[in-house]
Amino acid sequence: MDAILETLGLAQSAELLAFSPPGWGGNLLRGLANSMKIASGAFGMGLLIGLFGAYGKLYGGVVVRDLLAIYTTVIRAVPELVLILILYYVGTDLLNKASLAMGYGRVEISGVVAGIWVLGIVQGAYATEVLRGAIQAVPAGQIEAARAFGMPPLTLMRRVTIPAMMSFAVPGLANLWLIATKDTALLAIVGFSELTLETRQAASSTRAYFTFFLAAGALYLIVTLLSGVVFGRVEKWARRGQPSLREGGR
Amino acid sequence: MATLHPAASEVDSRQPQDAAIQVRDLHKSFGHLEVLKGVSLTAQKGDVVAIIGGSGSGKSTFLRCINFLETPSSGQIIVGGEQIEMRPDGTPRNRRQIERIRTRLGMVFQAFNLWTHRTLLENVIEVPVHVLKIPRADAIARAMTLLERVGLADKADTFPSFLSGGQQQRAAIARALAVDPSVMLFDEPTSALDPELVGEVLTVIRTLAAEGRTMLLVTHEMKFAKEVATHVIYLFEGRIEEQGPPDTLFGNPQSARLKQFLQTVG
Repeated sequence: MDAILETLGLAQSAELLAFSPPGWGGNLLRGLANSMKIASGAFGMGLLIGLFGAYGKLYGGVVVRDLLAIYTTVIRAVPELVLILILYYVGTDLLNKASLAMGYGRVEISGVVAGIWVLGIVQGAYATEVLRGAIQAVPAGQIEAARAFGMPPLTLMRRVTIPAMMSFAVPGLANLWLIATKDTALLAIVGFSELTLETRQAASSTRAYFTFFLAAGALYLIVTLLSGVVFGRVEKWARRGQPSLREGGR
Repeated sequence: MATLHPAASEVDSRQPQDAAIQVRDLHKSFGHLEVLKGVSLTAQKGDVVAIIGGSGSGKSTFLRCINFLETPSSGQIIVGGEQIEMRPDGTPRNRRQIERIRTRLGMVFQAFNLWTHRTLLENVIEVPVHVLKIPRADAIARAMTLLERVGLADKADTFPSFLSGGQQQRAAIARALAVDPSVMLFDEPTSALDPELVGEVLTVIRTLAAEGRTMLLVTHEMKFAKEVATHVIYLFEGRIEEQGPPDTLFGNPQSARLKQFLQTVG
């Protein structure tokens, strides 16, 4: 193994990327773990906001619809980097003010929680639109049939609307997930030690920029490839019962 | 003003006490367009009421108002002696009451409307398990009997999209039967089918009529209506133009419009 690396001229890189100090591999993986925690938390929060948002936009009253229109428009209009700065600093500031007002001291906000909160709000706006489109794509007759048999609204949502809209929603949601994994990199700007910040620190300490950023790129790529496999399966499951669109079937 | 023939009042004069379904003076408007202009109907237990009429006569709307898929503008609807409480604008006062009554009305749609992400068996057990809270094993046993009955037991694990229209409609009838409805509502059940598939669906409906199920049937199949119906209603522009037993209505139509209608549909 060592000999192969030696002949390829990668011995130094391997040393730099070793999992235990003085190698920086462990730091990179910890950064990746943080990124994934935030991405999955934000994606989950985005789905929840998106579901309520989509239902609100489709079935809500005038006030709810207007508020949601403002939410999705503003969030989707402002660059994510700016939003992250605004939401992060405004959010922590408000929380601290509230905490001081109630007689507690300054609170230390966990980076992961702050990251999930900030990216979750961004994801929610996009998810609202993805899910709204998916719900509207469900044939009206399927929902009507459920109503005709006396299905209460929540059961209808759980048993008919959500499963039926899944096949329309999954491609858009897969996009959102991939965007979430990469948006975590933007949190580096507020000093949160996710993969990109860890990489930058390792690179600047060792001057081996190429090695570390290539390694980080590879890690992001692995995440994307694995996500592709997972979402492929989810989509196949969501499309069960629908004939293939390929010519000649199957 | 449509002319009402003597036969038109016959249904209303029957005793309403134990009627399976009673509709009184039902009106429905879409915006300024009044689609139903006061339609009344009484179906006793075991009655098969066929509702016929031209396109735009309001027959489908009438059927859909009975289970509130369309909100009537005014009128009274009484299912199994229970009157549906309506606000002055026709919207239901109590959603739970509507839901409860809907579970007693088995509806079969023109476009089948099976849930495409569920197999036939899953379609049939869906409402019994998740709305009526019947134990899953019991629901499955009953569903298999019903699928057997409509000749689809071997397709229980197939998804609807892989079946013919006739098979889908038969499955939809099994789904409606699964709630053991007190009244079945058929909304043009054969209109979306290829001609050679109509027969298999009508055969199933015929057996239901023969065993004394109460049914309201909106249909274009005049021969079939004549054969299975106990009572026929002819709607014209949102009003009952003529009604009566099938032999009289088809054999000796009184109104000029019905005569013309029967001629055009053959």
